[in-house]
Amino acid sequence: MIDLFLRSVFADNLALSFFLGICTFLAVSKRLSTAAGLGIALIVVQTITVPLNFLIFEYLLRADTWAALGLAGMDLTFLKLIAFIAVIAAMVQILELVLDRYLPALYRTLGIYLPLITVNCAILGGSLFMVENKYTFSESLVFGFGSGVGWALAIVALAALRERLNYADIPAGLRGLGMAFIVTGLLSMGFTAFAEIGP
Amino acid sequence: MKWLRVLSHPILDNNPVTLQILGICSALAVTTSLTTAATMAVALTLVLMASSVIISTIRRHIPSSIRLIVQITLIASLVVVADEIIQAYAFPISQRLSIFVGLIVTNCLVLGRAEAFAMHNPPGPAALDALGNGLGYSLILLIVAFLRELFGAGTLFGWPVLPVATDGSGFTPLKFMLLAPSAFFILGLLIWALRSVRQGQIEPPDFKIAPDTEERRP
Repeated sequence: MIDLFLRSVFADNLALSFFLGICTFLAVSKRLSTAAGLGIALIVVQTITVPLNFLIFEYLLRADTWAALGLAGMDLTFLKLIAFIAVIAAMVQILELVLDRYLPALYRTLGIYLPLITVNCAILGGSLFMVENKYTFSESLVFGFGSGVGWALAIVALAALRERLNYADIPAGLRGLGMAFIVTGLLSMGFTAFAEIGP
Repeated sequence: MKWLRVLSHPILDNNPVTLQILGICSALAVTTSLTTAATMAVALTLVLMASSVIISTIRRHIPSSIRLIVQITLIASLVVVADEIIQAYAFPISQRLSIFVGLIVTNCLVLGRAEAFAMHNPPGPAALDALGNGLGYSLILLIVAFLRELFGAGTLFGWPVLPVATDGSGFTPLKFMLLAPSAFFILGLLIWALRSVRQGQIEPPDFKIAPDTEERRP
């Protein structure tokens, strides 16, 4: 379990090894505070949606789950994309309502980043990886939390670096997006090294 | 002439990947070989065109409060079809693309064009805009994949191009090119090259560093 957690945070980092959620990753990493807010939002949503999607996939979509109703041989796995994205969109909406009601401070911090998460491929990718790697329920819980933490860690690191880079003298053509890519590449090299020293 | 511009504009001047920061996730992940990159490029361009045409056809009937959900459901259905087709006719490639065909759903490029262009334009221009953006995306994808496969494995489309060193002479593949970081570097340098040619795409600095004022001190 701890092994899986560490692997999903470092070696199999969603953003830096699988390029998931990179669009948001680059667009929202100009300020450290907003990056941290988005990171927290992503951890919360990821930890909830991955196990939830596991339950839906396991008990509603997998082949032969409907055999008891006389529908043996029905394989609904091709619906997983639509089911997952609907779960994610609904989950984000519910989370927004709950946070607004019970934790208004956190809700204000997350602001517009919560709805943005619906179209973040890290979330959908996490759920798809869960299916592809055939995790169990507890494993998918750990994987969801771990991959969320890994993504948050990466975006906070990049935002901190980019704040510093504002004071650097960068060639005009590299300014902004270009430099962000190079820095992400260097970060990614660091995280790739974790794969080597892993247990 | 105006239509031709709609088509050509996104390829170099307003490239979705290097300027609009759309669809980067998949652009990096599938570029370890040209075969996967080409498959992905074709799949994305077709999905993008189909979704743009459909959304622009029904644009007057979508209530604006639920338009995102309608668009995502439409795109997801199209992606499921594309995924099933690839699995049926090119199973080995679909294994290597793993989850990334499915991720076209959340590819910001598709949703971005639907929201920014198809919702406000008739189907004809919407299709052209989608084709242009798809081609711009494919161009970047193929360039990155070409470099990574050539130097990472010495092959192109799986065919050996550079003779790989087996007995001391020849080309030693750079395994680093097949790892994640190299994709970031290549794309970063590509953006640099593109912006050196097209100066207008350079981003303005966030801060201006004041000139060194040592001499002017009293």
